[in-house]
Order: sequence, then structure tokens, then C-alpha cells
Amino acid sequence: MPMKNEDLAALIKTRFPEAIMGANIFRNELTLTVQKDALAEVARFLKENEDLDFDFLSDLCGVDRAETDDVFEVVYHLYSLSKNHRLRLKAPVPSDAPGLPTVTGVWKTANWHERETYDMFGITFHGHPDLRKILTPDDFEGHPLRKDYPLDGRQPATLRDSYRKDGA
Amino acid sequence: MTVTSAATTTTQLMTINMGPQHPSTHGVLRLLLELDGEVIVKAVPHVGFLHRGVEKLAEYRTYHQCIPLTDRLDYVAPFSNNLAYALTVEKLLGIEAPERAQHIRVLLCELTRIASHLLWLATHALDIGAMTVFFYCFREREAIYDIFELVAGARMHTSYIRVGGVSRELPGGFTEKVHKFVMEFPARLNEYETLLTENPIWKKRTVGVGIISAEDAIDYGLSGPSLRGSGVNWDIRKAEPYSQYDKYHFTVPLGKNGDVYDRYRIRIEEMHQSNRIVHQALNILPKGDCLARIPNVTLPPKEDVETNMEAMITHFKLITDGIHPPKGEVYASIEAPKGELGFYLVSDGSSHPYRLKIRPPSFVNLEALPKMVEGRLLPDVVATIGSLDIVLGEIDR
Repeated sequence: MPMKNEDLAALIKTRFPEAIMGANIFRNELTLTVQKDALAEVARFLKENEDLDFDFLSDLCGVDRAETDDVFEVVYHLYSLSKNHRLRLKAPVPSDAPGLPTVTGVWKTANWHERETYDMFGITFHGHPDLRKILTPDDFEGHPLRKDYPLDGRQPATLRDSYRKDGA
Repeated sequence: MTVTSAATTTTQLMTINMGPQHPSTHGVLRLLLELDGEVIVKAVPHVGFLHRGVEKLAEYRTYHQCIPLTDRLDYVAPFSNNLAYALTVEKLLGIEAPERAQHIRVLLCELTRIASHLLWLATHALDIGAMTVFFYCFREREAIYDIFELVAGARMHTSYIRVGGVSRELPGGFTEKVHKFVMEFPARLNEYETLLTENPIWKKRTVGVGIISAEDAIDYGLSGPSLRGSGVNWDIRKAEPYSQYDKYHFTVPLGKNGDVYDRYRIRIEEMHQSNRIVHQALNILPKGDCLARIPNVTLPPKEDVETNMEAMITHFKLITDGIHPPKGEVYASIEAPKGELGFYLVSDGSSHPYRLKIRPPSFVNLEALPKMVEGRLLPDVVATIGSLDIVLGEIDR
């Protein structure tokens, strides 16, 4: 049976009274805001606790809130295959030095998601085994999903040269 | 002639480049393979050759203008992409499509699943060397694309599903055409199976190849047939039914060994089940509107726009200014042909998405490829890529 959002929030908050900075339910979706340094620890608890059992990381991405709050948010969408409930975690990181611990040790799938977030927003994931760009070419400068990156880009596409570079 | 003594013979690993123009990488996927003879020591996938910045583009478009962008993600399953996006925006707005529209969506999405799996079967069999299957599958896929063209006016980039329903009523002759297809298809599918399922060459290339265990599959975030091949029973149509899927009877096939052969069996069975769903949808299809009438969200009917001043103003305002959903964020996902297709939408109350994140199943499924092929033979890579059913359009976005 899936747990109610309120019960989920209460259980996690009791375990991490300091690290959970806020809880919000919108359209029946629970969002918990987590202190960035505690993130890996919270993630491990969410996966290993038997009542929560968040064994599936659906998605991981960044959101640029630099203009209003001076932060980037790293957003985690978790799902439990056995309990059939979902949870969204949000970790704000300062926009001038964005970085937080990796969760690749908890869910292997986080590897590529974190690489993408690094590529698109320039957020560093400490402890990531292989933090390389994934979607943009090797010689591409900047992080295109940041709000201050212009839609039409800053540089001509030079895919031709970067193609032969060995990125492995 | 010189004879080299055994003591001076050395071996070294060879690195070869597979793709991005290799036919069996299904698009522009590049793999760097480190080989010890014919055994793969290390495989490193490189993606991004088709990156078009869809998520960035979406931030500069109104909610309706994002629909054509979604067509071009998994371009062999446009209806599923449209649906996942429409459901996300509907969730954000707190609205629902009329019942008729929901059943039309199910019908078209299941036809899409069949079309997508047919393309997979065709190319997967071709990669492994069975050419006849390719021609047969394309014959049936063509029939489905004719139906798509009838419904949406386009074969590939349909943009038919809208926020609040579908763009227009089903055309005349639709039911007959779909009915004809549904009646013929199971026999055709059995015909493909006679070519492959017990074929000793096919089995030698697929049984015990590209294995991934259930625990690893979950850890790597696999979804769709690639996850169910390892015996994990998770189908979003059953776990979190959307668009009236709880009214349909169908089973979710599961594999045991998590190899290429199991994933093949599952997709074949899924086509049977999808055919069943399409048949049921034809019978269920209720009468009513195919687009919800919600002021400031859905366009007024065309007749009204041409005869009524207020309707025309609403139409003009919606096209130029778009819809303004409340501030907030939602995530919605569906069972697309390839797995969990999710959209995460952040709204700041303006007419453009503040952030649109796409969770493409192929991107995540491909990540597990090295795990499946390392330590195996080079030809197994081709079979394994085929069995993951990736589309680079949604991987690179």
C-alpha cells in the first residue's frame, strides 16, 4: 500500500529534523526541501528504510533560480516499486559555487543524470566516479540551461573538430 | 621467413569506434569499445550528437507551442509523447480531458506502441541477420501510419493530443480502418513468430545474451520492456493508471532471465496485448466532446470563432498570450513504448514553462548497456543495443 504524503513527510522529518528544510504538497505530490550536505545521507535512508523503500530514481535534474534566490535547485524524483509511492526531493545549492554530494552510490542510474545536470547547469557532484559532459560537444563552453545563457547560443557550432577528440 | 618466438609475442587491447554512423546503433550513437580479441573489456557510450536543446526551447514557448517539440523526442511514438506532456500540463492546471478524449488517447497510444514495437522488431531482426521480418513489419507499420495520417493529417509528427483533449474529432472511416487492422494483426504477429521464436539461429544470438538481473535493472533505472525482461512487474498503466487504463483488460508479460530473448518475447506479447486494448477501446469509445471546454485553457470550437465575437477574442488571446497555469511544479509519467516517459514542469505563473525536464526512457535504458555487454563478445553488442530499443531523438533531446 502506498503511504500517504503526510505520513511520508512526518516519517522523514522525524528522522532528519535538521536536514529537512521544508515540505510542500501540490496536486497531491510531496516535495521535501533538503539541506544539500545531508543529501546523500537522506537518500540512503529513503532507499534502505523498509516503509519507504524508494528503490527507483526516476529522474534527477536542475532548476535555475539564480535570479530570484541565488540558488540552483537539484531535483530528485523518487519512486518505490514495491510501495507504489512517489516523492520529490529538492536541494538548493548556491549559484556562485554550485556543488553537492553525489547519489551514484545509492542509485547507479544517477550517474548519467548527474552528468547531464553538470553539463546543463555546471553543478558539481562531489564523489561522482566520472563527471564528464554528456550532451554538448567537448569544446562547447557554458551551461546552456542556465537562465543567463542566451537562446541562440554564444558560439558557432564547431562539431567538426570536436568529433574526433577522444573523450573516453 | 622469420619465426617469432612465443616469448616476444605480446598482446594488447584494441580500442575501436562503433558509430555514430553504424547502422546497428539505431541513429547517432557512438560506442568506444576496448577489445581483448573479440571480448569486450570496456564499453563507453557517447551521446549528444542529436542534441537540439528541446528543454531550453520549451522555456521560450507557450504551453501549446511545446506540443510539436514533444513529437520530435521519440519520433517513432509521437502520440505517447504528446500524451505525457498533455497530462503534465493538465495536472498542473488541475483539469481533465473529457472521457471520449481519454479513450481516443488510449486507442492511439496503443496503436503507437504497436508501431514502435514493429519498428523495433524490424530493425532488431535485421541487425541480427533476419531480413524478411523487416519487410513484413514495415507492411503492418504502414497500415498504422495510414491511420495516423487519417486522424492527424501527419504520419510522424502528429501533434494531435492537446491540453484538455485531442485537437479534432475522429474522421469518418476511422473505426472501419482500425477494426480491419485489429482483426488482421494477431495472425500477422504469429507469422513473425514462426520466423523467429523457435529459430535456432535467432536463439543462439539472443538467449543468454545481454543479461541484467532484476536488482541491477532497478538500480540502473531501467523501465518498460527492458525492466520487465528481468522479471520486475512494473507497468505504469497498472501501477498508476492514467487516461482510463483501469477500465481495460490486459496482462503485463514478464521475463525470467533478463536476456535479449526475454525482452524479445515481452515486446511480441505486448503487441498482442496492445491489440486487445485497441479492440476494447473501439467498443468502449463513448460519445461526447473530444476537447474540454475550459475558458482560458482550451480553444473555443471553430464554428463559434467564426460566428461569435467573444469566442474570437478568446481564441486570439489564447493563441497570442497562451494559458497561465498557477505557480507550482508537477511530475507526470506514462508507460511509453520504451518505458517511463516523464515530464517535470515548473511554472512561475507566466505563459511559458519556467523549466521543462523530460525523463526519456531510452536515455536511462542506454546507461545500462556497458553493464550488459562487458565481458561478452563483440556481436552481442549489436543484439543488446537492439533489445534495449533506443531512439536517439529522446536520448539527446
